[in-house]
Amino acid sequence: MSATAAPLPAFRIERSTRTSWIGLAVAAVAIVVLISLPWWGGEDDLRLIVEICYTIALAQLWNLLAGYAGLVSVGQQAFVGIGGYALFGLTIIAGVPPIPAVALAGAVAAILAVPTALIVFRLRGAYFAIGTWVVAEVFSEVTGLLPDLGAGTGMSLPVAVSRAVGETRFERETVLYYMGLVLGIGTVAAVFAWLRSRQGLALTAIRDSETAAGSIGVNNDRTKYAVYLLAALVTGMLGAVIYLEKLRISPDAAFDVIDWTADVIFIVVIGGIGSIEGPFIGALVFFGLRYFLADYGAWYMILLGAVAVVIMLLARRGLWGLLADRYDIHFFPVRRRVRLE
Amino acid sequence: MTALLATAGLTAFYGDFQALFGIDLVVGEGEAVAVIGANGAGKSTLLRTICGLLPADADRIRYRGANIGSLPPADIVARGIALVPEGRKLFPSLSVEENLLMGEQCGRKGSWQLDRVYALFPILRERRRLPSVSLSGGQQQMAAIGRALMTNPELLLCDEISLGLAPIVIRDVYAALPGIRAEGTALVIVEQDINRALGLADRVYCLQEGRVTLEGRPASLTREQIKLAYFGV
Amino acid sequence: MDWVNAVLQGALVGGLYALFAAGLSLMFGVMRLVNIAHGDLIVLAAYLGLVTVDTLGLGPFTSLVVVVPAMFVLGYILQRGLLNFTLGTDILPPLLVTFGLSIVIENALLEGFSADEQKLQAGSFETASIHLTDQLAIGWFPLVIFVTAVAVIVLLELLIYRTAVGRAFRATSDDADTARLYGVRNRHVYSLATALALAVISIAAIFLAVRVNFDPASGPARLLYAFEAVIIGGLGSLWGTLAGGVVLGVAQAIGAQLNPGWEQLAGHVAFLIVLIVRPRGLFPKLAD
Repeated sequence: MSATAAPLPAFRIERSTRTSWIGLAVAAVAIVVLISLPWWGGEDDLRLIVEICYTIALAQLWNLLAGYAGLVSVGQQAFVGIGGYALFGLTIIAGVPPIPAVALAGAVAAILAVPTALIVFRLRGAYFAIGTWVVAEVFSEVTGLLPDLGAGTGMSLPVAVSRAVGETRFERETVLYYMGLVLGIGTVAAVFAWLRSRQGLALTAIRDSETAAGSIGVNNDRTKYAVYLLAALVTGMLGAVIYLEKLRISPDAAFDVIDWTADVIFIVVIGGIGSIEGPFIGALVFFGLRYFLADYGAWYMILLGAVAVVIMLLARRGLWGLLADRYDIHFFPVRRRVRLE
Repeated sequence: MTALLATAGLTAFYGDFQALFGIDLVVGEGEAVAVIGANGAGKSTLLRTICGLLPADADRIRYRGANIGSLPPADIVARGIALVPEGRKLFPSLSVEENLLMGEQCGRKGSWQLDRVYALFPILRERRRLPSVSLSGGQQQMAAIGRALMTNPELLLCDEISLGLAPIVIRDVYAALPGIRAEGTALVIVEQDINRALGLADRVYCLQEGRVTLEGRPASLTREQIKLAYFGV
Repeated sequence: MDWVNAVLQGALVGGLYALFAAGLSLMFGVMRLVNIAHGDLIVLAAYLGLVTVDTLGLGPFTSLVVVVPAMFVLGYILQRGLLNFTLGTDILPPLLVTFGLSIVIENALLEGFSADEQKLQAGSFETASIHLTDQLAIGWFPLVIFVTAVAVIVLLELLIYRTAVGRAFRATSDDADTARLYGVRNRHVYSLATALALAVISIAAIFLAVRVNFDPASGPARLLYAFEAVIIGGLGSLWGTLAGGVVLGVAQAIGAQLNPGWEQLAGHVAFLIVLIVRPRGLFPKLAD
């Protein structure tokens, strides 16, 4: 051992990669194409794109929770349902115009997420997962008891409310399309930005080692609360947009674990948990499988579940993990890499 | 003397970290071998690898002429190699007697039964119904040795059985070893306390950073040689 | 008196939840594995009972001679062939693999048996009761459920605290690596634990199938009841799961008595209250 410390080698910290610039360019082109879609696409195209948008957004949020903050929630359907019902309540009972109601619905979900978090954060790991599911059931059951919101059978959005979105059918579809697009892209951008921020570093630290992160001064619980509330806020807004488009809501559908959580979990697991690219790949697989297996009923879910199980066992970081390791590509670099010069 | 246990070029890894770099170690029938070395020299790793807790190539560890390197721990203990793990590692939710009975799980029959362990460590008989966590450090160490003896081993590996104990307690614990040897049981004693180890051993190995730096009979080694092998300075 | 009756029946039916919970608790106790597919495995066992009754002409309760061993074997294979590979320090694989398994089982049942509701018939036994006074009666069936739950828990406790297998369970739960040093084959022990858990839930499944209608989607609710009973009772305590089951059963009975729509909600709310007031449950034994 020498007495003097070796001089620090020259280094720089990279936060972007060559592929990330390509990624940005591809994303820019895609966004231009998507923005122009109402002028050349059909109504079905618009609806499919919106569905893909909110599915990816839900997947990004779940990935943020489970893949980064270690909060494996099986209860995100709670906030989709709350968002949807808040939209119906605000527009029908309180007379709020639909577009501000979407934002308010997110706020309602975030507010209800506070007591939820206080309860479920008492549970760890798998028990947290089931705890969130119980809470989602409670919200579903309670909603089913509210006569003003259609009780157990649900209710439809009055024509007047959908008129407030747009006078003509085309206008409504276009407005809803852009809302879905903005929320979808906005969610991805927000998650990306969050993960590149100081809190994002903290999150990655929590993901990699909870005890170690605690010892170097990352306030785990505060960061986790923040992520949980953020996810609830955005999930609530997504729920509002989803049900503004669906026009009909019921407790069973709005708080459905399969539609709003299971599918989302499979997308993230198959695509790659703990990466932003993963949910995109997963969504591609999901919608692809759905397209080809539409006529096979339950087999579709069996296959999806089985693929997720196999991926979890054999390729823990999903399809994207396999690709990224092989080709060292990162479209959304959230890591900071030290390069020696 | 025929070799009971022989390792040849044994390596061990914790993930990407290599802990052992080609260890050649021989233990004869009924022999007592001491393995000494500083913290992190790889002593515990060596014992854990022999017991099958860490993976090894099949032919790097031979026991009674058979390759046992790739066997799971249950098969290795069934062949007669038992470890008294570092830190004692009694099962906290089991009583003292239940801890001893865990030694029966491997299914080896022999002369070591509860009664003989209690005869060796009478205090354990008194405390047999108590939770193992209620024992003092020395008693826990006795229970850990007793538990290993209950497997009726031909080769007993003792990992730092003096760790954290008062000198007088260490003496009590070590007092049990000659009786165990008298049965024909071979011993591998891993220790940081060099004098303790040398006093008991027929032969000694010194490990440093995962390599054997010295091997020989205690009487034939000088203090200087051991110091050099131990610290590498 | 309606109230007393309802609460009493609720407490007895709590035995059913205790049986659901005992399996979950056993698996968690031995290997810290929380099986999200637990409820779907219960429903699978119920369908197995249905098939046994239909094909072999057995009664619902005698079908247990087929269902219990079959589920025991299935549990062993499931653990040995799949779940053992998920164990480790990372919490995601066990959680997400059992979640995937849950969806696979549910949809496979849907493919095989359609979404129609099913029920096992036990004839007049289902409604027979013992009249204690003119107004107070205990149903035979709820009583059998409760007594069975107590018996199963006694047997499990004997197994865990009085046998070599039980010692291996507890030692593995304490420190799996050290247990291996003395000849415990962890993968085998884990598989036995799951086999045993599924044998226990098969009994619960047949009771469930006689008591209420079930369909392929009935699993998650049972998982939640089992989970709630475990948490209410306190992790790692089998008698705690019985207490948890009774609390849940009584809460549901009171809820249903107030308003038929409140039955499920009342159970969940009782769980949440316990979680807020006593986060470690009524009789905690294990740290999570």
